[in-house]
Amino acid sequence: MCGIVGLLIKKEPLRVHLGEWMVPMLIGMTERGPDSAGLAIFSKSLPVGQHKISLYSGLTTDGADFNWTGMRHHADETLGISSTIQHSDNHAILTFVGNPELVKRWIHEHYPAVHILSTGSSIDLFKDVGSPAAVASRYRLDLLQGSHLVGHTRMATESAVTPDRAHPFTAGEDFCLVHNGSLSNPYGIRRMLESHGIHFDTDNDTEAACRFLEWRLREGDTLEEAIQKSFTELDGFFTFLMGTANQLALIRDPFACKPAVVAETGDYVAIASEFRSLAHLPDIQNAHIFEPAPEEMYVWRI
Amino acid sequence: MENIKFDLQTTSVREINKFLHHEIAEGTVPRIIIEHPDGAHNIAAGLNVNCEVEIRGHVGYYAAGMNQHASVLIAGNAGTGVAENMMNGRVHVRGFASNSAGASAHGGLLIVDGDAGLRCGISLKGGDIVVGGSVGSFSAFMAQAGRMVICGNAGDALGDSLYEAVVYVKGHIKSLGADARIEDMTADDHQALESLLNQAGVSYSMHRPSDFKRIASARNLYHWNADANQEY
Repeated sequence: MCGIVGLLIKKEPLRVHLGEWMVPMLIGMTERGPDSAGLAIFSKSLPVGQHKISLYSGLTTDGADFNWTGMRHHADETLGISSTIQHSDNHAILTFVGNPELVKRWIHEHYPAVHILSTGSSIDLFKDVGSPAAVASRYRLDLLQGSHLVGHTRMATESAVTPDRAHPFTAGEDFCLVHNGSLSNPYGIRRMLESHGIHFDTDNDTEAACRFLEWRLREGDTLEEAIQKSFTELDGFFTFLMGTANQLALIRDPFACKPAVVAETGDYVAIASEFRSLAHLPDIQNAHIFEPAPEEMYVWRI
Repeated sequence: MENIKFDLQTTSVREINKFLHHEIAEGTVPRIIIEHPDGAHNIAAGLNVNCEVEIRGHVGYYAAGMNQHASVLIAGNAGTGVAENMMNGRVHVRGFASNSAGASAHGGLLIVDGDAGLRCGISLKGGDIVVGGSVGSFSAFMAQAGRMVICGNAGDALGDSLYEAVVYVKGHIKSLGADARIEDMTADDHQALESLLNQAGVSYSMHRPSDFKRIASARNLYHWNADANQEY
């Protein structure tokens, strides 16, 4: 099972509604994915040189009471950076000027229980265990603003129900992926990528797909080229929805085992596993609604 | 007698289906109208009374599945498995239908005005399906009895492992499945097609039976051949 949702708002003035329009989409997919939920939201890029890292403290002993400000001061002192932190509950976004790889390594060393959710200059990522409605209200996802997002509701089949195994998965910067389905060769992909020095955070099959695609992008492939390679390398059932700083991309396996439906108007492109997650959207009666074909690549740009 | 109207924003699918199953007798209600389906699953499934149901919008999975006697009009798109396992009656989708439309239908007529997804008519057991648009890959897979009319194109592996069902295609066939072959149209085929297109409605009168190809089983898979080396 699992449910996926995606939303890209075409018109700048409407982007304040991104979170508000998306939360019912996410909740609409509760029956497909009741155990965890998450989303990655993309908004205007930070000024050149600035980066942000989304962090999760639910796996630390302090949980939601984690001392985020203390961690920020500690980072500033030892790394010689000047950072800001915005936090709520288990979630924080650390923004700074500096090398994100160094900052991430520092967090791994000094705060190994803090989970790094995403890195980039445009992406913020939220995910946790619990029903989609509970996760949405816990992190006030309805208040989020931005140009596009990908979201996921999970019914775990391939690995345990934990926050780090919830979707979206990310790799590199400003890239994320959600998955409905299951892969049959994730360990083969994983061994191949590990031989290139790529590190994995979990034993989840989707992480293998996510790291494969990000590796191809880093090797210089366009998103379209990377996706084309995934059709030959990845075996299994999948509908994948991917987000980058300025694109949403959707693909389905050749047997179209996992569903997807798209609704497009002059204002937005909305994607969901099923229409019931799209029914509430404005002007849906006049939207162009279609089912994406298997093995076709659908890419929307902001 | 007045039409009966339900609104799925205020009434649950379970309540509406309960009404349709237990609280109407044949000929007592001219038409049951269901508004705001909004993609809900199992709407009007298992109808065992001869009645007319109109669903105004897009439906989710298994709409009008296991239909026994009703005539169901879906004025919108249908999710996976519309009219699956239909026994009799009529189901008409005005928009497109997702995967496995009419799967395993034993009788009745399914009409899809738009495209149908993959595996349309899989394991068909005697029902008839008319698709105004195109069908996806693996349609009519292992279809045992019944007829399928495709006014558009067909995807890969059409009619793979067909038994005695017959498929008529007007457009392009991307590829035929194992043991499916194109055969000459007979006078009986012309008559059958004419009748199915008529039953599907006036908008299908634009199609002429002579423009269709007949696809049926070569029956080579009926008996296992140890020398075939898995190549069929």
